[in-house]
Amino acid sequence: MAGTVSTLAYVAKPRQRRSLGDPWWVRAALIGTSLLFVAVFVVAPLAVVFTEALRKGWQAYFAAFADSDARAAIRLTLLAAGIAVPLNLVFGLAASWAIAKFEFRGKALLITLIELPFAVSPVIAGLVYVLLFGAQGWLGPYLDTGNHPWLGPWINAHDLQIIFAVPGIVLATVFVTFPFVARELIPLMQAQGRDEELAALTLGATGWQTFCRITLPNVKWGLFYGVVLCNARAMGEFGAVSVLSGHIRGETNTIPLHVEILYNEYNLQAAFAVASLLTLLALVTLVLKNLVEWRHRRVLEAAAAAELRQFAT
Amino acid sequence: MSIEVRNVSKHFGAFTALGGVSLKVETGRLTALLGPSGSGKTTLLRIIAGLEFPDPAADPGAGQVLFHGEDVSQVSAGKRGVGFVFQHYALFKHMTVAENIAFGLTVRPRRLRPARPEIARRVNELLRLVQLEKLGGRLPDQLSGGQRQRVALARALAMEPKVLLLDEPFGALDAQVRKEMRSWLRSLHERLHVTTVFVTHDQEEALELADEVVVMNRAKIEQVGTPQEVYDRPVSPFVIEFLGNVNRLAAGSGKLRPPDADVLYVRPHDVDLQRGPGSTHSLRARVLHVFSAGSYGRVTLERLDNGEHFEAEVARDRLRELDLQQGEEVAAMFRHVRLFPRGQFYEADVRDGRLTEASSDAAPTHGAGEHI
Repeated sequence: MAGTVSTLAYVAKPRQRRSLGDPWWVRAALIGTSLLFVAVFVVAPLAVVFTEALRKGWQAYFAAFADSDARAAIRLTLLAAGIAVPLNLVFGLAASWAIAKFEFRGKALLITLIELPFAVSPVIAGLVYVLLFGAQGWLGPYLDTGNHPWLGPWINAHDLQIIFAVPGIVLATVFVTFPFVARELIPLMQAQGRDEELAALTLGATGWQTFCRITLPNVKWGLFYGVVLCNARAMGEFGAVSVLSGHIRGETNTIPLHVEILYNEYNLQAAFAVASLLTLLALVTLVLKNLVEWRHRRVLEAAAAAELRQFAT
Repeated sequence: MSIEVRNVSKHFGAFTALGGVSLKVETGRLTALLGPSGSGKTTLLRIIAGLEFPDPAADPGAGQVLFHGEDVSQVSAGKRGVGFVFQHYALFKHMTVAENIAFGLTVRPRRLRPARPEIARRVNELLRLVQLEKLGGRLPDQLSGGQRQRVALARALAMEPKVLLLDEPFGALDAQVRKEMRSWLRSLHERLHVTTVFVTHDQEEALELADEVVVMNRAKIEQVGTPQEVYDRPVSPFVIEFLGNVNRLAAGSGKLRPPDADVLYVRPHDVDLQRGPGSTHSLRARVLHVFSAGSYGRVTLERLDNGEHFEAEVARDRLRELDLQQGEEVAAMFRHVRLFPRGQFYEADVRDGRLTEASSDAAPTHGAGEHI
């Protein structure tokens, strides 16, 4: 009897161990599939970009950037991102502050509206601005110089045109990138709650002091993360910008649009060279994102732990 | 500085957090706001602090908070000169302990701000006061619960508040630290004499620590008094049930038949047990369980007339002398009985069966000589 029991226990042990893990071939199939996927859809395109860009050597590679149209495209992309990112930073901070720390009517609506650019196709977003600001659009008549006896000369002097011009590109970029910062900050601020700010207020700090010395330092890594993502999207945006830009070489072409033009002209090497710039930006973004996530996770964990403590009592 | 709250109400949507509460706290007192959760005690504290504002009241006198007789209802939290310690301390996570304590001084407008060496001196002084001299450079995450709480207290004291408010100061601490912090806070109060109000749901904490206890229930104040007053002379069934152990017995059956009351209350330590038939005023009961570990023996009993269970606390010597056995019948005598007929408070001394109205200096008045 005793012998039977001990034999059973001996047999049961390895069986139990095996049932915890999957058979080797299941694991191999899962790992193999994901590696294959990554190789085909991520690594191969990355490799193609750089091999094609360098096909004719380094000289040709740098020659692609010497072109004045390419330089104009880079300048315009930097300008659009340089305007859109700070604007969305301010908006994102204000919106998430309001949503996370206060109760007001229409809060759910505001959250939905912030997410809207993610739900709407960028091309549609571009078209909406054409319908708004175009010559036949809703606001078109107000931009017609003939309708403004006072403003008309000013508009003419400053050559104010929105669509098929730089302002349109900036508008499209702002629209498309506008959820990034807010989406990053809202959950973070909600997890942190209002106690620290209230404590600062009872200690005599003004609202501005509280914001600069308590709120901002508490979300700085989340904010940085949001800005990095926002910037990557601002520089890489194609659809909305394409609709609004008018594709005027050297004037209203951003980097992605310039790549498209070069490609359509069968200037493959130059197209890939300029494209490699965006690819590098993506890689830098990934590195930054991981760095921040590593810091950020500790902040989030601390916030989660604080919340747990709160529930525990 | 004295605090006065005049007829303050506060609603959150349909929920009534405070329904017309008035309270006066004298200068230098240590006052506890005691009540179950949802009784409005924290809301009252936050209204005193200026973190919440009372509902606008129709009468000119209502809905006011006065500090030293001066209306501060419209003054913001930062300008009331109130030190507030949050339940979860709300320390600034990214600042060191010293920076946390210095915060209140460094945010002052330039002309009121002490010079840097002066701030450093004050911070050191406070670190010494809360016994954290060596930990000024630590971050809050690197401290234990009790240490965090002392940092929060030092931070509140740094601005030399005239009123100190603490929200569940010991709620997030474990039992051992809680006891230590309690006596430490008491001694700190004796040294500083700042008018202090703290919120707690722990009656033992309130009775042990406070000069005055404000018992709250359902958005109202039930009773205000010294710990002894609220314990010995509770004004309502709620207060007697909330403060300490009490037996709630049905009146009107068997020998217990007081005037106009359905329920009577007996503290376990007011129950005396005897072998034998007992006197005419005693109650027959059966012993269910005897628990004798601890400073007092606790006996669970069952009334023979209606089967109700109740508890008696008996000194250990007496318990040994009685040597009670499970299932044995004994006579239970009640030294004091409390009843609340028609909202009034009576005390009964069962040894001679007299029932006295307790609010009138224990002189036998209403229902005098009534045997129960």
